[in-house]
Amino acid sequence: MTQTRGDAAPDIDRGVRLAMYRSMLELREFEQRAYDMFMQDLIAGTSHLALGQEAIAAAFGVAMRSDDWTFCTYRGHAHTLARGASMTAAMAELMGRGKGLTGGKGGSMHLTSVEHGAMGSYAIVGAHLPIAAGAAWSAQARGTEQVAVCFFGDGATNIGAFHEALNLAATWKLPVVFVCENNLYMEYTPISAVTAVPRPAADRASAYGLDPILVDGNDADEMYRTALDALMRARAGEGPSLIEAVTYRKGGHSRADPGTYRPKEEVAAWMERDPIDRYRVLLLELGVSENELAEIERGAREAVDLATEEAKAAPLPGPDELERQVWRDGGAAWRN
Amino acid sequence: MAELTYRGAVAHGIAQEMERDDRVYFIGEDVAAAGGVFKTTGGLLERFGPERVRDTPISEEAIVGLVMGAAMTGLRPIGELMFSDFLATCWDIVANQIAKTRYMTDGQVELPLVLRTANGGGLRFGAQHSQSLENWAMAIPGLKVVAPSTPTDVVGLLAASVRDPDPVVFFEHKGLYAAKEDVPEGEIVDELGTAKIRREGDDLTIVALAAMVPRALEAAELLAAEHGISATVIDVRSLVPLDTRTILDSVRHTTRLATVEENPRLCGWGAEIVSIVAEECIWSLDGPVVRITTPHIPLPSASALEDLAIPSVNKIVESVTKMMV
Ligand SMILES: Cc1ncc(C[n+]2csc(CCOP(=O)(O)OP(=O)(O)O)c2C)c(N)n1
Ligand SMILES: [Mg+2]
Repeated sequence: MTQTRGDAAPDIDRGVRLAMYRSMLELREFEQRAYDMFMQDLIAGTSHLALGQEAIAAAFGVAMRSDDWTFCTYRGHAHTLARGASMTAAMAELMGRGKGLTGGKGGSMHLTSVEHGAMGSYAIVGAHLPIAAGAAWSAQARGTEQVAVCFFGDGATNIGAFHEALNLAATWKLPVVFVCENNLYMEYTPISAVTAVPRPAADRASAYGLDPILVDGNDADEMYRTALDALMRARAGEGPSLIEAVTYRKGGHSRADPGTYRPKEEVAAWMERDPIDRYRVLLLELGVSENELAEIERGAREAVDLATEEAKAAPLPGPDELERQVWRDGGAAWRN
Repeated sequence: MAELTYRGAVAHGIAQEMERDDRVYFIGEDVAAAGGVFKTTGGLLERFGPERVRDTPISEEAIVGLVMGAAMTGLRPIGELMFSDFLATCWDIVANQIAKTRYMTDGQVELPLVLRTANGGGLRFGAQHSQSLENWAMAIPGLKVVAPSTPTDVVGLLAASVRDPDPVVFFEHKGLYAAKEDVPEGEIVDELGTAKIRREGDDLTIVALAAMVPRALEAAELLAAEHGISATVIDVRSLVPLDTRTILDSVRHTTRLATVEENPRLCGWGAEIVSIVAEECIWSLDGPVVRITTPHIPLPSASALEDLAIPSVNKIVESVTKMMV
């Protein structure tokens, strides 16, 4: 399946690899914890987890420049944390606490940390593709060499905003990287059942004069190389990339969905391709010691433990928060 | 003083702001090389260059999304939607994204942007190119909503909108593009959330917006000359924020209220004003209020029908004389 042109990093630094491993583990531990807390009713509403898809967020998180921008979906905990957003504040947000990333106003589907370049999680399928293109337009206009990276699902490739954004970004050569995380399913329906082409993003690339890029989204090294290549091209003024990263959810679409609409054999085959298990084997092969890996694993777990405890201790948002931040003046007044 | 059309005031206002602030960019369909389908943006490309004044594909979601993404990352962009009716094709980005993102991110994301659009009927364009849609925008928390009625206000309110740190939907009335007046020399900057009293009277307050303002003024002259009724006419100008003080003060003085809305009947901005008056100064009223609106129909194309639908000077005079007996 690999078709990456990414030779930008034929040899990936040991430090980069360990950073990706640590990041994937943190995302895995965080999402697993979020699931457990949802099941214990400590988290209300909904949550869409990236369990199984961590390599994509982690690789980009490590490859991006700190002033680059991330735009992601309601399945955005991983993308937000991978940019360095506070785990405590993210967990507090899921729990509806006042110290949450967005003060309890956004919730699971809208995690945002502008100071880390996490420019928002968008819950209307496809809406953020043109918005990410707009950030890229601003970078182009101001000559800052910043890049906007936009993550979305396979389902988003069938919505109008996807096509509007790709055409405009390609025409204007905007520094934006579109990353389709093809996890084979929308909510419950397979993408293949409703799409005219077998590869929902890659097969559309040529319509916008772009190269088709299809990568194994569960291979962190391949994701990293692909990311570096696309980021470099965008920074150099060569325009957007459209990457289709094939991956799979470990669990259901959202909440407590057990995902029973997916054939057992398919699930089993994909569990064999878990991005973290695979990367662990690779790191051992590359000479990283068992001890060092265990240390990283413990570090990630402890970070999530600490974040959970801190989030649980955080206060609820006060009533005066309700009508704050509709406008720049901090309030919500619509009349005099 | 120089005479300027409402149409010319658009380019004048954009140019004033682009000159002042190099973060102001302007995009839309046919706006650059062609100067706009209503010829409102001619000369901007020549003056500010193809980087800052740019034609887009027919992709309303992309236009509005682009403006949003640029606004949150350091530009102060203006996007044009050729007809306000096309808001329906990108309403997600306007209503779900632009309006809500500041609140949802607890103020982390700022959106200093302006969406300009040609609004309103009277040009025989039929139901999909004639609507007055300011009520849609007014119904969504997080959007400021402006609709000028004069060339001077186009310049001043556009400047205020561009300088405002929050997203503004700026409704230009296409029936007013040919209107002319003397506009002051030099920079013009107005203030959002301020209504203007266009005519002072003692017997009733007529509240109007955009193209209904000149009609209300004409009706007021007829009411005075032929019926001995002296009307105050208030130009609302800005629906969000809404200058309720000016309206309430006037109603307390005149004791009667009529609204003139170029909108279908249900849930119009006039209903909101009537409800505020009912809640806050009902004891000042000496009689029922009247809302003059279009019937609750899509707008027809034929002149004979469209003229029946949109409140005319005669319709205003008739409705007011009936309410004042
Ligand atoms: C415009 C729109 N339509 C429908 C939905 C409801 N919905 C939420 S997630 C989802 C599935 C999206 O699938 P995909 O794009 O593959 O992303 P994934 O959830 O697999 O990451 C749907 C239909 C929505 N949020 N927005
Ligand atoms: Mg999917």
